[in-house]
Amino acid sequence: MGRPGSRRGLRTWVQIAFAAVTNGYAAGFARGTIFQGKSKVICLPGLNCYSCPGALGACPIGAFQAVLADRNHKFAFYAAGFLILVGAVLGRFVCGWLCPFGLVQDLIYRIPFVKKLRRLPGERGLRLLKYVILVGFVILLPMTVLDIVGQGQPWFCKYICPSGTLLGGLPLIAASPALQSALGGLFAWKVGILAVLLALSLLVYRPFCRYLCPLGAVYGLFNPISLYRYRVDAHKCTGCGACQKACKLDIPVHKTPNAALCIRCGGCKDACPTGAIRSGFRWETGEKLQNT
Amino acid sequence: MRALGRRWPALIALAAGGALLGVGLWQGEHQVVLRKVITICMECIGLG
Repeated sequence: MGRPGSRRGLRTWVQIAFAAVTNGYAAGFARGTIFQGKSKVICLPGLNCYSCPGALGACPIGAFQAVLADRNHKFAFYAAGFLILVGAVLGRFVCGWLCPFGLVQDLIYRIPFVKKLRRLPGERGLRLLKYVILVGFVILLPMTVLDIVGQGQPWFCKYICPSGTLLGGLPLIAASPALQSALGGLFAWKVGILAVLLALSLLVYRPFCRYLCPLGAVYGLFNPISLYRYRVDAHKCTGCGACQKACKLDIPVHKTPNAALCIRCGGCKDACPTGAIRSGFRWETGEKLQNT
Repeated sequence: MRALGRRWPALIALAAGGALLGVGLWQGEHQVVLRKVITICMECIGLG
């Protein structure tokens, strides 16, 4: 859990508490059912599958696709508005502190392994994949590939989302013999994706968030402008690079404190020897600050 | 004023997000979401 009182320890506890509270329908795990209360109309900020037995809210990407694929709606304004609101306030702080699948990857990365990698070969291209998935699998395919009655499918949820497999599929299938009898090729495919990502999480920090997550892609677009942001005091920063060395996503924080990839874990703030990196909703004036 | 000046992109995004959310509610999209999310999503869990 990290040193008592350390930022990493605090972040882990916040992640666990948020996941536990927003997935608090414990009876669902025992019965192999899901929560059906009206609170599920409200989206949760992270990639939290609404078919998780405990989920008390909806996944914003799942809700977005549900409306987009509906034959009576042309666009998903409700979920899009939610994503923009959360992005404008918090940016990818959600990924670092409030996403249950992010928590899973964090915990796996802590398992000691032979050698941790800073990046994978082809890192720059791989990072663009999440935008391809956002545009292709989350927006275009559910809108354009329709069945005979004009209904689309949630392509990202169906073919890619590992959070749905881990938080929804595995606990439901474990508790329900009826679902066990329906297992087939699609489930094997999704378990394969999940297994690869969890195995990669041993080697590289947050591979799903870095390369594939469409929710992170949306929130990342807001990092440079969100109300919650990082600032580097140019009077204090010596350009030593300690922040980049400490950043598990290899971001040069002293140059780009609000990079789209940053999940706001705060590791750079702990590592900065001069305390030049600050974060919050406060926007000082009259200081020489690096804000981009 | 300078601080507000730096914040305006976020404030515009907030206003746009709020407006979109309002349009979605007005069009009844939340009912579609609720109808969808209270049943097990077979696609999401890999059985669809």
